[in-house]
Amino acid sequence: MSVPAKLPRWAEFGLLPFINLTVALLLSGAIIRIMGESPWNAFKLMGAGAFGSQDSIGYTLYYATNFIFTGLAVAVAYHAGLFNIGAEGQAYMGGLGTGLVCLGLGHWPLWAVLPLAVLAGAGFGAAWAFIPAWLQARRGSHIVITTIMFNFIAAALMTYLLVNVLIKPGQQSPETREFAPGAVMPAMHELLAKVGISFSATPFNLAFGFALAASVLVWFFIWRTRWGYALRVAGENAQAAVYAGISPPRIIIGAMLLSGALAGGLGLNEIMGAQHRLVLDFPGGAGFVGIAVALMGRNHPAGIFVAAVLFGALYQGGSQLSLDLPKVNRDMVVVIQGLVILLCGAMENLFRAPLAAMFRRKDGE
Amino acid sequence: METYTLIVLLLAATLRVAAPLLLAALAGMFSERSGIIDLGLEGKMLGASFAAAAVSAVTGSAWLGLGAGIVTAVALALIIGFACITHRGNQVVAGMAVTIMVAGLAPTLGLAWFNLGGQTPQLDGPGQRFTAISWPWAQAAREAPFPGLLYAELLSGHNLIVYFTLILVPLSAWVLYRTRFGLRLRAVGENPLAVDTAGISVNALRYQAVIISGVLCGVAGTYLSTAASSGFVRDMTAGKGYLALAALIFGKWRPWPTLGACLLFAFTDALAVRLQGVTLPGVGVIPVQFILALPYVLTVLLLAGFVGKAVAPKAIGVPYSKEK
Amino acid sequence: MIGVLRARLRSNGCESGHEACNEMSMTAPSTHSAPPALELRAIDKRFGAVHANRAISLAVAKGSIHGLIGENGAGKSTLMNIIYGFHQADAGEILVNGRAVAIDSPQAAIAAGIGMVHQHFMLVENFTVLENVVLGIEGGRLLAQGLAAARTELERLARDYGLDVPLETVVSELPVGLQQRVEILKALYRRAEILILDEPTAVLTPQEADQLFRLLARLREQGKSVILVTHKLREIMAVTDRVTVMRQGAVVAAVPTRETSLRDLAERMVGRAVLLQVAKGPARPGAPLLTVQDLEVRDDRGVPRVKGVNFELHAGEIVGIAGVAGNGQSELLEACAGIRSPSRGEIRLQDRDLVREGLDPCARRRLGLAHVPEDRLHMGLVTSFAAQANAILGYHDRPAYNRGVATNRAAILAGCEEKMAAYDVRPPNPRLRISAFSGGNQQKLVLAREIGADPSVLLIGQPTRGVDIGAIEFIHKKLVALRDAGKALLIVSVELEEILGLADRILVINGGEIIGEVAPADATEQKLGLMMAGVRGEGGA
Repeated sequence: MSVPAKLPRWAEFGLLPFINLTVALLLSGAIIRIMGESPWNAFKLMGAGAFGSQDSIGYTLYYATNFIFTGLAVAVAYHAGLFNIGAEGQAYMGGLGTGLVCLGLGHWPLWAVLPLAVLAGAGFGAAWAFIPAWLQARRGSHIVITTIMFNFIAAALMTYLLVNVLIKPGQQSPETREFAPGAVMPAMHELLAKVGISFSATPFNLAFGFALAASVLVWFFIWRTRWGYALRVAGENAQAAVYAGISPPRIIIGAMLLSGALAGGLGLNEIMGAQHRLVLDFPGGAGFVGIAVALMGRNHPAGIFVAAVLFGALYQGGSQLSLDLPKVNRDMVVVIQGLVILLCGAMENLFRAPLAAMFRRKDGE
Repeated sequence: METYTLIVLLLAATLRVAAPLLLAALAGMFSERSGIIDLGLEGKMLGASFAAAAVSAVTGSAWLGLGAGIVTAVALALIIGFACITHRGNQVVAGMAVTIMVAGLAPTLGLAWFNLGGQTPQLDGPGQRFTAISWPWAQAAREAPFPGLLYAELLSGHNLIVYFTLILVPLSAWVLYRTRFGLRLRAVGENPLAVDTAGISVNALRYQAVIISGVLCGVAGTYLSTAASSGFVRDMTAGKGYLALAALIFGKWRPWPTLGACLLFAFTDALAVRLQGVTLPGVGVIPVQFILALPYVLTVLLLAGFVGKAVAPKAIGVPYSKEK
Repeated sequence: MIGVLRARLRSNGCESGHEACNEMSMTAPSTHSAPPALELRAIDKRFGAVHANRAISLAVAKGSIHGLIGENGAGKSTLMNIIYGFHQADAGEILVNGRAVAIDSPQAAIAAGIGMVHQHFMLVENFTVLENVVLGIEGGRLLAQGLAAARTELERLARDYGLDVPLETVVSELPVGLQQRVEILKALYRRAEILILDEPTAVLTPQEADQLFRLLARLREQGKSVILVTHKLREIMAVTDRVTVMRQGAVVAAVPTRETSLRDLAERMVGRAVLLQVAKGPARPGAPLLTVQDLEVRDDRGVPRVKGVNFELHAGEIVGIAGVAGNGQSELLEACAGIRSPSRGEIRLQDRDLVREGLDPCARRRLGLAHVPEDRLHMGLVTSFAAQANAILGYHDRPAYNRGVATNRAAILAGCEEKMAAYDVRPPNPRLRISAFSGGNQQKLVLAREIGADPSVLLIGQPTRGVDIGAIEFIHKKLVALRDAGKALLIVSVELEEILGLADRILVINGGEIIGEVAPADATEQKLGLMMAGVRGEGGA
């Protein structure tokens, strides 16, 4: 059957991802057990590390911000029938755009720099997605492969730029000088302090707001506009799109531009919000986490938000974990991420089919 | 004469870099010819390199390490097979998932078992590594530049896995084009329905293909940790799996052209190492990153049809189910 | 045409002058002692809620051609897939030469001497003929020996049956008729005694079909048994000895062919008298609305499929395009709709030049050119979407469905409800996934969508393919009503009866050229058949 078994909405968006996550956590628990630690203890520590204090909540949401951007990027492409593995590279280039604006216009006031930084991040990300998109649309080159290649090309380009061009003079490590204060994304604790709420100082910053706004806009665009409709038609059935006067090549390019722009948003959080300078490899695999987030969130912004916070918690809790349990390190989180992708993405039929059968039986009675 | 020596050494280095690339690319060829996209090459190699180094470190035997590497890579291949063949899951996602999972699992287990920050212990005991084999009179032949140096550096002085890899190319071509298995493999990647109606099990064929891919990735990973270096380090494959995939595409899913692509990509790598910081007359310093990115750029150009045209097996990426 | 075919078959068979000739012209040679070559006993099969086969029993005599007819969805394909081991029956028995066999895979079917020629050929396109034939029985682990032996054997088969195919040619370079021969060779090479052919003539020209039938007769002479699955009654009447009729998963008749008639079979097939004539008054053609001039269209491989076609479509008339499938009618329709761009020529809608202006399907719809595509499921609908989302496909950018940047969800829902009511789409639930509707109801929704936009010209491919009989009448009435309202309709259909019933003028297409025009009044199936085969008509009617 080409059409996957249909489930009720609550099962599709709630139960199934929950089962997948539970199984992923059980499997990782088994691995932790093999390593000689108590899984229960480990997960408790992770939970506390992710949500136990203002500090940890701040870090969790700071990570989540990255994952919302990349998750949305993967999801938009997915709805157009495209698998964008290149969010990592697009985020890298998007951050470059944001970084260049911040470096160049740091002496301007924030209200002037911010819109330009947003535009540059989105623009650079979109530009990096444009070439694979154009090649897919006009030359039929497989976008999965080209976006992988573009991740590597982006990495090489950024290394070159940071080592040879943008490096702060008289310094060994390949990074730029720090941005001027005018080009720094306001931190959440500062903003909250202005309205009288005290919050620990963390990298959690205003970019989170941008991520939420992007989520709402993506939802509106995909499900509430004729362009989103056209995008979904092309993603589901290219022949029907042509019949309806929707040009699949144009959709491919448009969807990937949007996808790349969303991925580029990562720079607002990571570069402008946290690092305040351009450094090597700042996306740190967030582009790939975005795949897990999108798959688990069923490519819906609300689901992506939940999944992104969950992965934010895993990343934050995981780094906490490595401090407390000497035999477990942060990489455990990457294992969970892989398992989630495997179970939500590649093996979704494993639990979907029995679930669908269960619901059919219940309906029959 | 110095240039000559340089070239010979460069070619020898090319061969050493090409070996794991070629193993992985041929692994991918078997998988993709059966219709299963192999984005798990990177993960299977990484898993194998960890397992091989770990077992070799514990047992002191490189051969047992090789066995462990193969078993690990095959197990990972079977996960992909289970997801994509049995459950008809998305092949791209399955490959990514396994790669990411292993990227986390290898250092995690490494830390738990060896407590060296995710690495395995140095393999410096006798028999823990696959070391270079010196051919007869190689030492003496080195004295005579031509053909002695060529013999000593290019033919002699590699480890067993390199030689195995070189034999593997004609062997793969023979299997693919001259045997029953090869005929069926090529058929199943083009039109699985035709294979099914001819009374051959599509799933069995595809499982065989992904297992072969696992075995070869196992050898490739073992090479990285027990032959090219002495022990496993975090992210040891560093994208070689994807580079192999690019080489496979560049070689149009055929053994001999894939060999050519691997040698070309390996040459750029060897060249990049040589050219690091070297000022070329009239050109200046070529940024090493540009040379390293060259294989990826070339592959994109090929995929775009600007240099030749790569036509993938027709049924690739499409899960097979008989009821439509 | 039937008479011609039959005569040819007989004369051809009799040339050999053997006794087989007598037997051939008789119906099912019933030697009482020999068990049937293939017998099915109470085969039952369900797919979820669908009861595809209900206690099917049938017997195919050795050395006979057995017809199996039924509408789309009657369960023929399921039954054949069970015989070939692709599906397993829930209950029932299969007997080959009187012995019960368990057929749980194509492998087992092949071992039992059953061969199948699928409607969509099961060939590896970039393999040679030889490689395709040996695939699965290569004769050893290494190819070289097996291939040599196979070549000898195939040359023998080619001689015995007159099945000449170039063995070293890559299959994709062969014409369709030859590809089908490769499929038959595959079955014979596997020593098939029972050969199943699923809709074998759908892709053939009448000449090729003729050749195929001669081949089948020769197979029968050699004692092979043939099951011919088709929905074309004329073929059944022309070549079979016995015929089994299926309806809604059950056998409703099993009779010797010569004891039945075309009309009788048709009635049994659909379950009641067939309305062969569509009730309609004379057409009153008005001004030309759609003008096609010197149109040339190439397919994806650059092969010209429509070659210099000219015609005019007037207000208030239905023009039918008759032709064997694959003769360019699909490309013609798609070019008019704007899905395929022509390589030469003009398509004018009243005073607008659609080709020169480069108008896409959306723009053409806005000018009043609507299109019901031939392939409803792959082109006309998005199967995973709800009915209401499908009801705006192609019209999604209309102001009526939008409010500013947002879609007008209330209007979309109301529009769908309205269409469902007007076209009696059941169940009338706009939120239901379109894949949950029956073929007839899907088609009614597509028609409602396209006609609902009040076009001046409507292009329709296969108006009633896969549609139940009740819906067929409904759709035909709607189309005639549209004509009487002064619209122009262009219909492409593989059902000759449908064209004859609906059209006011018939254009016959062959090899991408319009080779004649006929008025339905003086069109006989024989005359149309000859023209479809490429024999030029006597000019315009």
